[in-house]
Amino acid sequence: MIYLELFWSFFQIGLFSIGGGYAAMPLIQNQVTDTHPWLTMTQFADLMTIAEMTPGPVAVNSATFVGIQVAGIPGAIIATVGCLLPSCLIVMTLACIYYRFRGLRIVQGILSGLRPAVVAMIASAAVSLLCLSFFGQHTLSSGLSGIDCIAVSIFMAGLLILRRWKTAPVYVMTGAGIAGILLYTIF
Amino acid sequence: MKGNHKKFRKLFLSTLQLSACTFGGGFVIIPLMRRKFVEELHWIEEEEMMDLTAIAQSSPGAIAVNASLLVGYRVAGIFGALITVSGTVLPPLVIISIISLFYKAFRDNVIVNMAMAGMLAGVAAVICDVVITMTKSILSQKKRLPVLVLLLSFAAVRFFGVNIILVILICGMLGAADMFYHERKGNGK
Repeated sequence: MIYLELFWSFFQIGLFSIGGGYAAMPLIQNQVTDTHPWLTMTQFADLMTIAEMTPGPVAVNSATFVGIQVAGIPGAIIATVGCLLPSCLIVMTLACIYYRFRGLRIVQGILSGLRPAVVAMIASAAVSLLCLSFFGQHTLSSGLSGIDCIAVSIFMAGLLILRRWKTAPVYVMTGAGIAGILLYTIF
Repeated sequence: MKGNHKKFRKLFLSTLQLSACTFGGGFVIIPLMRRKFVEELHWIEEEEMMDLTAIAQSSPGAIAVNASLLVGYRVAGIFGALITVSGTVLPPLVIISIISLFYKAFRDNVIVNMAMAGMLAGVAAVICDVVITMTKSILSQKKRLPVLVLLLSFAAVRFFGVNIILVILICGMLGAADMFYHERKGNGK
């Protein structure tokens, strides 16, 4: 039963994560922390961190990680297949249309409508991660007393470096990890 | 048959290598693929590669997987697609499996904990950077509808807990309708 639930959840994630890159993140958060009690928000944040530090698409990494946590290696394989299946079918269909008609106007229309919505949803997931990073388990309502100044400074420095020098994310992540060990040990 | 065998092996090894070295997924793999299959192996034309990229981007799912599927299909049919997709998925599958088996033991370690806290702030910065870049490109279109969609869907998801899939479906339909409307208007003139 759990296999079927895993498959269906990641099938939906694969089907609706349009726009590439981080578009899958809000859907994964929704499926594995809200719809199903598979991960806590902290585990989800760990998952995003691990996914960013290792090669491979976020959706595939997440499917493997969640699958293993919930139902071992078979779970990982089933979740990964579930997340790949819809996009494979759709890509093949689009490829056939493309080779036949050489035009994808409706698809382009749908895409241009989706782009702002995808940005909004990624932004919303980013807010969740930021809250977790700055306030730990507390929510925003618990006030500014529990704010983690080290996390805030690492975030600010990271964002500045990314905006200013367009550094590859993996270096920023590595730097943030080292900074975390150093700063949390000192303070 | 012997030549085919060699081609399949080359396809598998190329995608395996590309996938194992691409961090963060997404667009990074496209230029690497172009260099490999267009410039190095001459299996795909420059222009066709751009079209395949467009298809990979317009389809749901990971761009890296979609693009490698298209390349495999183009070079060696359905079986080729199967080979390139396995080549792309295998590295992350194995790496994440190994990590998550050790994850529980890892997580209780104090130093790992501190590194994870730092990296969480880092990943938040990476994602905020992506959001800023994407928002800028939407604002630079200087159209009202996309900005409205951006604000409304953020409010819907963040404050009202509207189902994400519902938001995606509505915005997709809105985009298609908007395109048809503009095309009508263009033809009328």
